[in-house]
Amino acid sequence: MPAFPTAARSALADTQLRHNLAHATSTIRAKRAAVVGEVEEWEELRLAGAAVKEAALRDLDTHLVRLEESLTARGATVHWARDAAEANEIVARVARDHGADEVVKVKSMATQEIGLNEALAEHGIAAWETDLAELIVQLGDDLPSHILVPAIHRNRAEVREIFLRAMGEVGRPAPADLTDEPAVLAGAAREHLREKFLRAKVAVSGANFAVAETGTLVVVESEGNGRMCLTLPEVLISVVGIEKVVPTFAELDPLLRLLPRSSTGERMNPYTSTWTGVTAGDGPQEVHVVLLDNGRTRALADDVGRQALRCIRCSACLNACPVYERAGGHAYGSVYPGPIGAILNPLMKGTGDPQTDSLPYASSLCGACFEVCPVRIDIPEVLVHLRSKVVDSHRDDTVPKAEAVAMKAAAWSFGDSRRLGWVERASGVAGRVLTRFGRTTLPGGRSAAGRIPGPGAAAWTGARDLPAPPRESFRAWWRRTDGGRADGGRTDGGRS
Amino acid sequence: MRVALMVTCVNDAMFPETGKAVVRLLRRLGVDVEFPAAQTCCAQPMVNTGYLDEAVPVVRTFVDAFAGYDAVVTPSGSCAGSARHQHGLVARRSGDAGLAAAVAETSPKVYELSEFLVDVLGVVDVGAYFPHTVTYHPTCHSLRMLGVGDRPRQLLENVRGLRLLDLPQAEQCCGFGGTFAVKNADTSVAMGADKARHVRETGAEVLVAGDNSCLMHVGGVLSRQQAGVRVVHLAEILASTEEGASGPPGGASAHPEVELARGEQR
Repeated sequence: MPAFPTAARSALADTQLRHNLAHATSTIRAKRAAVVGEVEEWEELRLAGAAVKEAALRDLDTHLVRLEESLTARGATVHWARDAAEANEIVARVARDHGADEVVKVKSMATQEIGLNEALAEHGIAAWETDLAELIVQLGDDLPSHILVPAIHRNRAEVREIFLRAMGEVGRPAPADLTDEPAVLAGAAREHLREKFLRAKVAVSGANFAVAETGTLVVVESEGNGRMCLTLPEVLISVVGIEKVVPTFAELDPLLRLLPRSSTGERMNPYTSTWTGVTAGDGPQEVHVVLLDNGRTRALADDVGRQALRCIRCSACLNACPVYERAGGHAYGSVYPGPIGAILNPLMKGTGDPQTDSLPYASSLCGACFEVCPVRIDIPEVLVHLRSKVVDSHRDDTVPKAEAVAMKAAAWSFGDSRRLGWVERASGVAGRVLTRFGRTTLPGGRSAAGRIPGPGAAAWTGARDLPAPPRESFRAWWRRTDGGRADGGRTDGGRS
Repeated sequence: MRVALMVTCVNDAMFPETGKAVVRLLRRLGVDVEFPAAQTCCAQPMVNTGYLDEAVPVVRTFVDAFAGYDAVVTPSGSCAGSARHQHGLVARRSGDAGLAAAVAETSPKVYELSEFLVDVLGVVDVGAYFPHTVTYHPTCHSLRMLGVGDRPRQLLENVRGLRLLDLPQAEQCCGFGGTFAVKNADTSVAMGADKARHVRETGAEVLVAGDNSCLMHVGGVLSRQQAGVRVVHLAEILASTEEGASGPPGGASAHPEVELARGEQR
């Protein structure tokens, strides 16, 4: 997977993608803003939600052990998975024990994260996604690009084409007269999925929340496919990130109020399913819960980054992010894209991989993500922190990067105003040289440098003019004119 | 009240007119602003690129330069945000309790220009005259890090002759983002192009903002497009009066040969 700047470049050139994303994110942004604006105590709610998750993380070990006890007492089997391979192996083993060659799936970020579908395929087990957008992604042999709307990069015409081409290969085909009306497309998906719901013996889900005191898992959804998967099959396997735990049932309150408004821009999501182990004669009679680490404890150990584990996967930060809106989800090279992905992936994986190390820099630090985050994750703060970890990991390099050399030089000149004065005089000279060659004029008349070769300079001037440095810096002007007083009191002399 | 101008490294080296405009404006409002010559930079370029060790001496220079002032005013939301919200992080990194104490002393005294005018001086009409059609871009750090709110708009609405037009999707980032503009140049330019498009949709002649770094980026895109829109810092508009400065803010050049060329064009 290429580093973010390279991956973004191809996405930026994809006009269909740009249009789909701009349209979809601005629509969801507006919906969110409207329903959040209705809640007078929104900020108090955010603080409450953040506090619940923060407290849960602080004593995570205690709550996880309690969750295991509660689940076991209610007839569920609890498994602990250190990483993706262990989690996949557990799910495959349970499915194989029941002789299943297929499973139906509730939309789950955790199973995407561990690559469960691919792992099950290696065991000869087909994993059918039943969430409409996940189905679109799966049928299109594609990758999800958004946490909430995995197929956000697709429009209705593309969806119609995918359904017509691919549905028949894996089950009930789409009707030949399929149109691109959303209701018609949803109807085709419903018919296609219905036979899979009724046939499947094993279902796989994730969970939005896990309540330690009761052993209750919670799935929040919009379509009802989750409800089908959670109630119809005989066996249910849930893969749950360890950060999903909350101590008590009451603590779901702020989170369940924050999530739908932040996520889909709805006051309330259509389906909230809760289940507590096995209930005789009702729903799955064999329930497995796989508690997944896969880098979460590494994130937990990071004092600044720990807050990222508060994330309730609402995706508001993606919809608010101007970088995500243009580069799309695939550029992040992970099932967690956008601002949260830019911090979560490095926190869970650590430094050292060039692709992961590029993610904290995939942000202009504009702060729109923090502003909308329902659990107040200060994403810009964590991004800057993670950038420093990337830089620190290279401090012992035998050959320093050009950027490191430049930063050391900048720190040297900024460490003392006299040194800065010399640099500015040199830049004034450079400005005069620059404007002799390839001179352009900015709107308003100031002279500028057009295209300049060389690293950094070319990256700027490839698409942007650059004002030429002025002949005289502010500090030189102040000294020469005694702050304008010796200039006949004028502060507008020597305009630049 | 002893007031210091923190001009910022970008304004010092690239946009000295903005610094001069702040001096002119504050003197007009009766503030004898000083320029501590020991100042250099707020260290944001290092901090935001991840070079925390390199930021330590820069922050040290900053707190030394501005020690003893009652207020530090700066024509940059971004640098004010850096001083108020990031210097503590750098001080912690240094492990120097003395530096942490100095930062705790200095940081709260740093004001972005519009905050200083509205909150400290209590003025929204600064007696400016700027007979042009203008649209205002709220820069991200002034908006979301400092929370300057509608202070810049209040100041602009009181400028005689100025017609203020609403910028569509005003609160979306322009794509500058410091070293982001170079490290992720393609995405940065895509964002800048969209911002430039919204600016052009307004039909304004001038784009105004409180940060020259962002204006340098959007202005660079507008210039390359030959859009016929110029970018001007808020301070330069607020400093303009009927008596006037020589030439339009955001216009003239430090290079005499260009001055001549401009004279010929008129």
